[in-house]
Amino acid sequence: MKFVPLAKFAAVTAALAISFSVAAGAQTLRTFNGGEPASLDPHRVSGDWENRIVGDYLEGLMTEDVNATPILGQAASYTISDDGLVYTFVIRDDAMWSDGTPVTAGDFDYAFRRLFEPARAADYAYLQYPIKNSEAINAGEMPMDQLGVRVIDDKTIEFTLEQPTPYFLDALTHYTSYPVPRHVVEAFGDAWIQPANIVGNGPYSIVEWIPNSYIRSVRSDTYYAAADVQIAEVYYYSLDDITAALQRYRAGEFDILTDFPTDQYQLLQNQYPGQARVAPFLGIYYYVMNQNMPELQDVNVRQALSMAVNRDIIGPQILGTGELPAYGWVPPGTANYPFPGFEPDWVALPYEERVAQATALMEAAGYTAQNPLNIQLRYNTNDNHQRIAVAIAAMWEPLHVNVTLFNSEVAVHYDALQANDFNGVGRAGWLMDYNDAINTLELLRSDIIYNYGRYNNPEFDALLRQSATITDQAARGEILRQAEVLAMENYAALPLYYYVSKNVVSPRVQGFVDNAKDIHRTRWLSLTN
Amino acid sequence: MLRYAFRRILAALPIALIAVTLCFIVMRLAPGGPFDGERPLPPAVAANVRAYYNLDKSLIEQYFIYVGGVLRGDLGPSMTFYDFSVSDLLGFGIPFTFMLGFSAFVIATIIGLIAGVIAAVNQNRWPDYLLVLIVMVGVVVPNFLVGHILQLVFGVYLQWLPAGGWNGNISQLVLPITVLAWPHAARISRLMRGSMIEVLGANYIRTARAKGIGQRLILARHAIKPALIPVVSYLGPGLSYLLTGSIVVENIFGLPGIGRYFVNAALNRDYGLVLGTTILYVVVILVLNLLVDLVYAWLDPKVRYS
Repeated sequence: MKFVPLAKFAAVTAALAISFSVAAGAQTLRTFNGGEPASLDPHRVSGDWENRIVGDYLEGLMTEDVNATPILGQAASYTISDDGLVYTFVIRDDAMWSDGTPVTAGDFDYAFRRLFEPARAADYAYLQYPIKNSEAINAGEMPMDQLGVRVIDDKTIEFTLEQPTPYFLDALTHYTSYPVPRHVVEAFGDAWIQPANIVGNGPYSIVEWIPNSYIRSVRSDTYYAAADVQIAEVYYYSLDDITAALQRYRAGEFDILTDFPTDQYQLLQNQYPGQARVAPFLGIYYYVMNQNMPELQDVNVRQALSMAVNRDIIGPQILGTGELPAYGWVPPGTANYPFPGFEPDWVALPYEERVAQATALMEAAGYTAQNPLNIQLRYNTNDNHQRIAVAIAAMWEPLHVNVTLFNSEVAVHYDALQANDFNGVGRAGWLMDYNDAINTLELLRSDIIYNYGRYNNPEFDALLRQSATITDQAARGEILRQAEVLAMENYAALPLYYYVSKNVVSPRVQGFVDNAKDIHRTRWLSLTN
Repeated sequence: MLRYAFRRILAALPIALIAVTLCFIVMRLAPGGPFDGERPLPPAVAANVRAYYNLDKSLIEQYFIYVGGVLRGDLGPSMTFYDFSVSDLLGFGIPFTFMLGFSAFVIATIIGLIAGVIAAVNQNRWPDYLLVLIVMVGVVVPNFLVGHILQLVFGVYLQWLPAGGWNGNISQLVLPITVLAWPHAARISRLMRGSMIEVLGANYIRTARAKGIGQRLILARHAIKPALIPVVSYLGPGLSYLLTGSIVVENIFGLPGIGRYFVNAALNRDYGLVLGTTILYVVVILVLNLLVDLVYAWLDPKVRYS
């Protein structure tokens, strides 16, 4: 059995020896990046910690500005046809791979074909399903040559969409739309991603990857805006223990923490004022109610459960980081959705009055102290999920609801939710993939597996279908709002709070702007001493 | 002795196979799979992924594919770290984990033995009590707490040592090795103290004293070697614990070893990586037990290779 080929052993030892001499310089950014990346291949990754690295070494036709709104990236310009179905992009003349090869329309075309190859099994391929026929191709039901991506010439590429998609430009900032260097991928196969072979077109180039420790990137000279990129070198540290990460920040070893333990928020505010940043983030934390259970098919019971949850204490008191209470399904700040967060009428009532009304609803449905509603509350193992579950179980007690708490690790939990294998209420969360209301509303569509509670309302489904045919943003927003209000008045699910992003940023770092997508590309940052 | 070692190795092979088989079965029995997560995969994609990793085949087929691979030295792909095979990942992590484990082992053993002898010679006087106190802290306080406290004191407040990371700077290893070595040194010193006290009370030591041999010579020539026997039997499991048990230390200090894989891979249902680390640990433990048995025989002539 050969576990450690000698060459590898030597390579690692050499890498360790070389890195001995590397000390953090004045223009070195040291980011605590969370978990170890599963991959750096844009067609294999799925986490925000991977996005931070991948989005620094690759760039799509569109990219994010400092506020994470889409701006031109590798594209110099684009046009959209009047029916909203055809997007044509012209690629910058100075767009170049880090080995000096020009970036061509062919690289993008190659990348999209690679993304949709059924055998590649890219987790997030579905984000680009607005592209014509891509869903069928990805499922292996249609040949690749039917894909709605066409190379017009070396620097021009055209996308045909299934239907008008107002968030398509935003989707093109996502890593699933990034080009891959065709000449390198074809030469090295899956090993193209190894630091020795990797080639990118973004502001930084990856030069070192020590698994379970860090990835190091340096500024790319071939990037078209290299002159404006301030930071010369970036370390992305992977570390599972966020308490340890905070201590290393306090010891001056990290400049940015992309997360922090919530129970340390007070300490950070006291000792490091202004460095801990909590900002609204596009995502919801919610409970699903299994509507295949006869008890929870009763809309009054679902309403009672929702009314009795005192959301005002979850953010400030249970979590301690001030998450905003959620009664609606679309986070405030979502693009092309100029509505305040949905709130039912009873929000204005004092909490005691709400509990009284909720109890009356439950009693009308036949539940009493002698005949309580027995449900399970299922969550994935995590301190915060547990604290919230315990609090909510207590809030439901006066309604004659007898809650059994049940926790399991994350893979098991979601397996059960997807299979609708839970007897009552289940915890879930959703961080939006792209900045559009449809991304959360779809979670309640009757034909989608993420609809864990199996809410089923043909009227709701029809509104979503209708929204897909409208090109006028304002009119489309109205339809989506109708769908949201309908689902929330049906108590389709039980939203608890809107997520916040949690970063700790050293005063040494300039140009870090809180934004709803929590995307902060290193090219916009700079360091002072 | 060679024949004895060879026989022991032959006997170890079925044990390794049984361990791998059990691990294989237990992993598959656990609910959830490597690709269940917060975001469910669309069914078509899920089917593609399962086919890619042979998970759509029957369990028996998967088992033989895996064991066949292992016999050829291929530990298969990781299901959570796509850019590396299991052999790659272990290849990266083993040198570091072993370096950390051996360093802690050597340091802890030397300190533990010396402390044990000092405590035994000064039985029930202040050096003994002081050592007992230090030892108890090492054994009783869990290492994640010790790790965080040392990190806070020496990294954050005093700023004498780096609070974590590994760029090849030896000072970065001081805290991790301390955390790892402390309980190990503590156990060795307790064992050494106990067995030393017993040996020092033996008749032949009294005889030696009666002959007028000095205390130092008695310790060096007559007492230490026999007193080592219970310690040696602990060294094997102790070393395998240090080599395989560095997970907490690696997590706290952000070190690039293999300890972190073991638990994370199990939680993520990364079948390939769990089996790979299990095989590695089984081999380490079997080899160390064999070494201990050989050393044992050298220390105690009553033990025979049979």
